[in-house]
Order: sequence, then structure tokens, then C-alpha cells
Amino acid sequence: MKLHFSIYRYNPEVDDKPRMQDYTLDVEEGQDMMVLDALLAIKEQDPTLSLRRSCREGVCGSDGVNMNGKNGLACITPVSSLGKGKVVIRPLPGLPVVRDLVVDMTQFYDQYEKVKPYLINDGKNPPAREHLQSPEDRAHLDGLYECILCACCSTSCPSFWWNPDKFVGPAGLLHAYRFLIDSRDTATEERLNDLDDAFSVFRCHGIMNCVSVCPKGLNPTKAIGHIKSMLLQRAV
Amino acid sequence: MVTNQASIKRDGVQDYVSLRATAAIIAAFTLFMTWFFISTESLTYEVWHGLFSGIAMKVFTLATLVAIMIHVRIGLWQVLTDYVKSSVVRGIVQYVLNIIAFVYVAVGLFVLWGV
Repeated sequence: MKLHFSIYRYNPEVDDKPRMQDYTLDVEEGQDMMVLDALLAIKEQDPTLSLRRSCREGVCGSDGVNMNGKNGLACITPVSSLGKGKVVIRPLPGLPVVRDLVVDMTQFYDQYEKVKPYLINDGKNPPAREHLQSPEDRAHLDGLYECILCACCSTSCPSFWWNPDKFVGPAGLLHAYRFLIDSRDTATEERLNDLDDAFSVFRCHGIMNCVSVCPKGLNPTKAIGHIKSMLLQRAV
Repeated sequence: MVTNQASIKRDGVQDYVSLRATAAIIAAFTLFMTWFFISTESLTYEVWHGLFSGIAMKVFTLATLVAIMIHVRIGLWQVLTDYVKSSVVRGIVQYVLNIIAFVYVAVGLFVLWGV
């Protein structure tokens, strides 16, 4: 059985413009494999192909790519789930390409840094030993802390494509809400002040591309809705 | 707050509320007119004239026209900041399109006054 792939190739130091290159893999009849395994097999055929990967089990978030038009992690996406025809693999959309499937994620990390993704506590009521949370308060973090920053969501969001310097993006906002709702964090007002403009949060129009592609099954749109409600409540 | 009012920078929360508030008025007008067309057996000039002669309908129509203008103003700004990256070009296009949005309100107003 042959598996057919069309892969985005671009080396800015050599190529004038990007091109798609076809590859074929011979596999046993009925055999399935993850897209990452297929990419690694292709890289053995053609060592010039560049891609990122690390844990190969959907934990590190390194191998986010666009497969047949939809972002996802290559390591946990079976080739069989992409249909019977040729599999088209491109880098994550919207970010500058460093080489082939490797993108420059500086804009993504800059937005992540903006939301101060760490616990801020003014220390006015220091606990005797450590900051404890009730099970109910801890439950608020479920569906938020699991984000692995693979950038599949932000790079599937048109608002992030058009305004990557101003719109925080779904991943950053998911983390922003993770700290806004944390009972141990005391910088809620400061965090909301940082987000209270026309771009950072309100550029989300709720089209839910982020929810559709998140490999961890998270819901950034819902978190963004909560942030909008918090901003609204303190404004009226 | 003074900064927001004194500058031409947009306010996210205000735009968010304004878009939804104006959308509610536009939706109410659309539903009312749909109901009017469905429930009116024979639509003559007299029936149409009678509908828009009432002061309540005039206010409702004017409120809808103004709501459309506010809705369009915010929506256009959002679309233009997405697709037009040159601030000079964006400013000019925004200026022209805002005038056109106002013209729709003005024409609607003159039509209402004429009834």
C-alpha cells in the first residue's frame, strides 16, 4: 500500500518562494501510522526536510502542523483520519516560516508573555505553610491548565493572523483566564487592566476555530467569554 | 475614562456592548417588519402609509437607522483594522464609509419626515 504526501518546502536561504513536494511511503496493507511517524520516514528518504518534534505523544506540543487544512499535532493524528487521498502538510498558518514545517513562534510567545502567565500574590495574608485551595477553587482551573502551548489554536484564528501584535490569541487568553480565576492570585484588577482595550480580548469574534483544532480538547472561546464578562461587569 | 473620551482610540467593552445593543434593535425591527408583511393580507399604499404615519413607528424606524449606523461604524473599523494595514489609507476609507453610513440615516430621516 502506498501513502501519498504533499509537503510544504521552503528554505529562505536558497528558495525564491515556497513549493509543495510530493512523497510516497510504502507501508503494509491496512497499516496505519501517526503523521509524525510518516514525516520521520519521509525525512529518512529526504534528510533536507525540516520539522520540530520531541515527545511524540501529544505532551510537548512541538509538532503542531497543518494537515489537510486543519491544525493539529502530527504525533497524535493517525494518517487514516485524514481521508484516503493525498495528505497535504503545511506549517502552522500565519507565522513566519523558518524552514519547511518549522515556524518562528516569537509573536505567539510575545503574546503569551503579555498575560503574565505566573501566579502573582501580594503576600498580605501569607499562609502558615503554603497557599491551599479548596477542591471547588481548584476545579475552576480544570480545562485551563492543560494547555501545552502548541499554538494550533492561535494559528487557526483569523484575528491572530491579522493582528498578531495586538490580539493576545486563544492560547494566551486561556492562560490569562487560568490566572484570573485562580483563588491564590491577587492581581485580578491589574490583569484585567492589561486586557482592557479594543484588541487584546475583544478581537475574538467567537468563531471557535480554536476549539475545533485544540489537540487537548480545551475550549479557549469559553475562557475568552468569561474574561469578556469580567471586563463587562467592572465597567457597568 | 477621560483619555478614552478625549481620544479616537476605541474602547473594547463599549464597542462590545454597543454592537449587541444595536443588534437587538435591528433584530426587533426585522422581526416586526417580517410579522407585518406576513400578517398583512393586501399591502396597499394606504396600509404602508398608515404604518409609517404613527409616531411610534417613526421613532422605531429612526432608532433602527441610528442603530445600523453605530453597528456599521464599529464593524467597519474592525474589518478595516484587519485588512488595511496602512493607517493613512485606513483613515481615509473609514472617513468615506462613515459618511456613507450617515447618508443612509439622513435619507431615512427625510423619507420619514415626508410621510
